[in-house]
Amino acid sequence: MGAAPASRDVTSYGMGLAAPLALFFLLFFVAPLLQLLWLSLHNDTAGLHWGLGQYLHFLTDPFSLGVLGSTLLLGAEVTAVCLVLGFPIAWLYQRVGPRLQTIIILIVLLPLLTSVVVRTFAWIVILGRQGIINATLQSLGIIETPLKLLYTQFGVVLALAQVQMPLMTLPLITALGRIDPNLDDASCSLGAGSWRTFFRIVLPLSLPGVIAGCTLTYAAAITAFITQSLIGGGQMLFMPMYLYQQASTLQNWPFASAISIIFLLAVLAVVSVFTTLGRMSRGYGGA
Amino acid sequence: MADAPSGRSLVVDAVTHRYPSGALAVENINLDIKGGEIIALLGPSGCGKTTLLRIIAGFIAQTQGRVIIGDDIVDALPPNKRAVGIVFQNYALFPHLSISENVAYGLAARGVDKAARQREAQRLLELVQLPAMAARLPRQLSGGQQQRVALARALAIKPSILLLDEPFAALDKNLRLDMQIEVKRLQRVSGITTLIVTHDQEEALSMADRVAVLSHGKLEQFGSPSDVYDRPQTLFVNTFVGSTNRMPGVVVSADRTAAKVRLDAGAEIIARPAGGALSEGGRVTVCIRPEHLQFVGDETGFAGVVGMSLPLGATVVHEVTTADGSGVKVSQARIGETRALENGAAVRLAPLAPSLANAFPATL
Repeated sequence: MGAAPASRDVTSYGMGLAAPLALFFLLFFVAPLLQLLWLSLHNDTAGLHWGLGQYLHFLTDPFSLGVLGSTLLLGAEVTAVCLVLGFPIAWLYQRVGPRLQTIIILIVLLPLLTSVVVRTFAWIVILGRQGIINATLQSLGIIETPLKLLYTQFGVVLALAQVQMPLMTLPLITALGRIDPNLDDASCSLGAGSWRTFFRIVLPLSLPGVIAGCTLTYAAAITAFITQSLIGGGQMLFMPMYLYQQASTLQNWPFASAISIIFLLAVLAVVSVFTTLGRMSRGYGGA
Repeated sequence: MADAPSGRSLVVDAVTHRYPSGALAVENINLDIKGGEIIALLGPSGCGKTTLLRIIAGFIAQTQGRVIIGDDIVDALPPNKRAVGIVFQNYALFPHLSISENVAYGLAARGVDKAARQREAQRLLELVQLPAMAARLPRQLSGGQQQRVALARALAIKPSILLLDEPFAALDKNLRLDMQIEVKRLQRVSGITTLIVTHDQEEALSMADRVAVLSHGKLEQFGSPSDVYDRPQTLFVNTFVGSTNRMPGVVVSADRTAAKVRLDAGAEIIARPAGGALSEGGRVTVCIRPEHLQFVGDETGFAGVVGMSLPLGATVVHEVTTADGSGVKVSQARIGETRALENGAAVRLAPLAPSLANAFPATL
């Protein structure tokens, strides 16, 4: 950028174009983050005594560690469910005619067109004691007493998987679309069956999409405050709600800040593992 | 399966394929191919040649007819059980596998152990003259090298039939010739019955023992390259293979071997009835290749006026306008000092021999 005008590379653009967004981020993202960090480094709620007490408290408290662990586990479960259910849809999408493709993409995108709150309440209606599932099973005589579906890990995973599904399916559709269909035929003509073709050719070549989808789904699932709280109810505590309670109800701002920072680092760690895997698989795809 | 003998025969027996929409892709195709032959399926885009290839490979189940490889009717077999090797137009190498893994892929699918398949992959890479590329990825190779790998990969499964789908279309001209020679060499060495799908008539004529010309899903002619070029059975074959002058005319008299035709351009000539018997008084199209026309001095032949002359190296092509206003191309070998024809010079033209003018009944 600082080069003399004569040797200026015409394909480079001034960084100035990014300045408005940079300023916005600086004011409303970086500054609050620094404030959060500053706050978390105080041992008392009044913010007078510096120290690492909040972090020590979190990291030595089995309850807090349990909440962190179950949140990360929840993310892993939701991601796994989305991957297992989303891959066949994405695979199907690449093998049907344009009319069916439109229908599939509509079904995939539909959840994004309704509010998270509405979708979550729909799940309450479906999973509740008097909900659709229990009512149906009871009327069919399969069960006598209603199953406990709401306020369980199962219910939260199910609802989150549905809510986050597009984040998995869309990158997968893109990744599978980049695979030359001739590769399928080539593998088959060389004597490979469908499963060998899938595990040796399709899956490795779709890895960039798998990793992108997993990263997005994971990050969205563990931070999904509304769905986690409504479906999980009071009995299941995850990091976003834990943090909200500390900040809003208990007014323990330094501890809430420390929770935020720890949660942020934990998410970053998982995401960077995904991106590292992604970079390793980048050699695929392409030509 | 792994020991399938090379050079098995291939019979395409009355194969018809209809798309789900009802349109005919190929109609009643019969090909009887001997073990070890190289056959070219020649035709313009959309003539059904790729559909036929995919039927033989097993990717498409034909509506009617049978495909027989050796003594086996293979219609019920999926592609992975047919032992048919395919080289795709874009080579379709697996981008995430090394060259060696690509070549060994079919062997792995057949349960050959790792050491044996690495040895075999190396042997095949030596056969296609790429022994040093084993560890590379496909994208690190040039187009011609990728094609050699695709060939090695298809040959690795010891296929009974080798199918090549427009194999040279993506290569530049010099490389194309090298690869054509290479494929012909490998085919000779292995003796594998080979089917080449192409829209390039030169490629078909130069590489194949026999050429099957397809148009609109129908087999127009199946014969040796010289049959197809010199004795075309249909007007389509005559015009699609090589270049030709189409001259309309009326049959004056005809028997089975010769027909006297009065050309609209003036003059009567003797032509060969190429597409079956001709009836007197019927309209015909006479095809004469540019190299089969000669300038004549006497009053025989038809008159014309030279428009433009293009010296093309070994030959000179003259564009001549005939009495009925249509254009005719005449190709003259450059022997010694060819007399330059001036623009506007009046000339007379006649075919070199009656057998070199093919008369087809005119279609309306």
